[in-house]
Amino acid sequence: MNILAFILFLIIVGLTLVITYFASRRTKTTADFYTADSSLTGWQNGWAIAGDYMSAASFLGIAGMVALSGFDGFFYSIGFLVAYLVVLYIVAEPLRNLGKYTLADMIAARFNEKKVRGVAALNTISISTFYMIAQLVGAGALIKLLLGIDYLYSVIIVGILMTVYVVFGGMTATSWVQIVKAVLLMAGTFIISIIVLAKFDFSVIEMFKQMKTATPLGADFLNPGNKFKDPLDTLSLNLALVLGTAGLPHILIRFFTVKDAITARKSVVYATWIIGIFYIMTIFLGFGAAAFVGYDKIIAANAAGNMAAPLLAEAIGGDFLFAFVSAVAFATILAVVAGLVLSAASAFAHDFYGHIIRKGQATDKEQVVAARWASIGVSVLSIILALFAQNMNVAFLVSLAFAVAASANLPIIVFTVFWKRFNTAGAVTGMIVGLVSSLLLVFLSPNVWSPVEGAAIFVGEPLFPLANPGIISIPIGFIAAIAGTLLSSKKADAKKYDEILVTANTGMKDPI
Amino acid sequence: MASNDSIAKETEASASTDYTKIVQSQSFQELLRKKRNFIVPLSIFFMVFYFTLPILTSYSKVLNSIAFGAISWAWIFAFAQFIMTWTLCILYSKKAATFDQLVEKIVKEAKG
Repeated sequence: MNILAFILFLIIVGLTLVITYFASRRTKTTADFYTADSSLTGWQNGWAIAGDYMSAASFLGIAGMVALSGFDGFFYSIGFLVAYLVVLYIVAEPLRNLGKYTLADMIAARFNEKKVRGVAALNTISISTFYMIAQLVGAGALIKLLLGIDYLYSVIIVGILMTVYVVFGGMTATSWVQIVKAVLLMAGTFIISIIVLAKFDFSVIEMFKQMKTATPLGADFLNPGNKFKDPLDTLSLNLALVLGTAGLPHILIRFFTVKDAITARKSVVYATWIIGIFYIMTIFLGFGAAAFVGYDKIIAANAAGNMAAPLLAEAIGGDFLFAFVSAVAFATILAVVAGLVLSAASAFAHDFYGHIIRKGQATDKEQVVAARWASIGVSVLSIILALFAQNMNVAFLVSLAFAVAASANLPIIVFTVFWKRFNTAGAVTGMIVGLVSSLLLVFLSPNVWSPVEGAAIFVGEPLFPLANPGIISIPIGFIAAIAGTLLSSKKADAKKYDEILVTANTGMKDPI
Repeated sequence: MASNDSIAKETEASASTDYTKIVQSQSFQELLRKKRNFIVPLSIFFMVFYFTLPILTSYSKVLNSIAFGAISWAWIFAFAQFIMTWTLCILYSKKAATFDQLVEKIVKEAKG
């Protein structure tokens, strides 16, 4: 075990627990628990969004992919960033104006029916759970590598910590853990990038020149096509990347932590700058790892390349930088899973318990208690699932979450705000068909079936050829929402749409 | 806690809020038009710009030619995606300030 890394882990965990302690004293009402009483500034929320978004998949995954496959890894960086234009232009402000605590609130503002809220909550829970299992499986593997702690205990430690943040500190603690982590991650990435650049005499041109001979791929390292060979699959991945973010529940609930649409917009703009600068630096992480750690050593530590960034830190900065980067990677996982627990628990407690079971009659205190129990439930469930999913491909789970988010949530968000004829039948059909079709296509895909034993979950020919279902399932989600609307005999309530249009665009709404 | 006064005011507003009237008002229609004229063309632009990169890299090798040094056009295009995103962010922030003014006017009209 690396003692220095262990001490830095403890310092970061201690820091987050101090944050949680102070946050817990301020968490009394449901608004405190779900949204930190909408008290964050645009700048704070921008960092928190960045912290929520730059997951271990971004930091460790992209660095590894660039190191092993060159240009193709960078597609993820581009897609994850451009996605924020969809969020900024189409989703953020109407969502803030219409919603209160959860994504279902926004849709229920137009379609005041239990089944709409129920299905929306189900989608939120499904997406958050897939994403969370992916993070936990990654966390377990990472901590095992860094500290030598068994997978079982690693997952349990992360699980307990994330439960503590959410149960005691609610959204306030979760937000501040994300802010602190985002700052640490940016600092660590910046330091590594500078050292890497210094090794190439601060010349990007020199860096590219040397990368032509630094890897087993040779000059091809710098060209696209090393990882993504099937054009349709590449386009499908890019589609899911750019549209998935605008449907991810744990990102969307971050817009309720600010007071109005103007602040929501500002936070997206700040987040876009932070995230963009970070993703530019993934090139230095990836190139640096390829040049100074080397292909064989990266593969030996983890076949998917997930250890490229920590190994690079060790190679160029020694034990301390390695320990720091490892501790930051750990903090990254903690912050992201805390956000996921909160989004799933909100959907359980606020939508299922508060609105469907108690019909909105639960007292504030009962709701906070329910939200805390829901958080514990979600955490325990995801820990158990993560223990079973130990050998599953993490990228598969993340791609599943993005595909479901883009196919099941995005069409409904867009039509709720922009389409006058859209009705309850369309909303329910769109959400269910989007969810089922994306799940089904992934289960028939090469992620799950492979003729080569050990390459996927089952041995056999995949019935669906693409690893990324988005190019089929996203249009299916939109078409189902349109078809459900047009085939239903029920007319949309024109008066209600006028109200939604005014509220979405101006924030004016009647007191409930 | 809101004072009784403000609660009374809010109730009054809610009883009289006629959303259809607001939607039909000149200022609101102007807001919708301005937003549409900005968001629709720019959204189409960034989606086309974004997908041009994977389409070109998947179906052709044109971007593999060198721009300068060892840096190919694929990398230049990739960096251009970052510049494009930041530029469209700034443009939207500036434009949104004019939306905000219209919103303020609409809210004032609705209350008055």
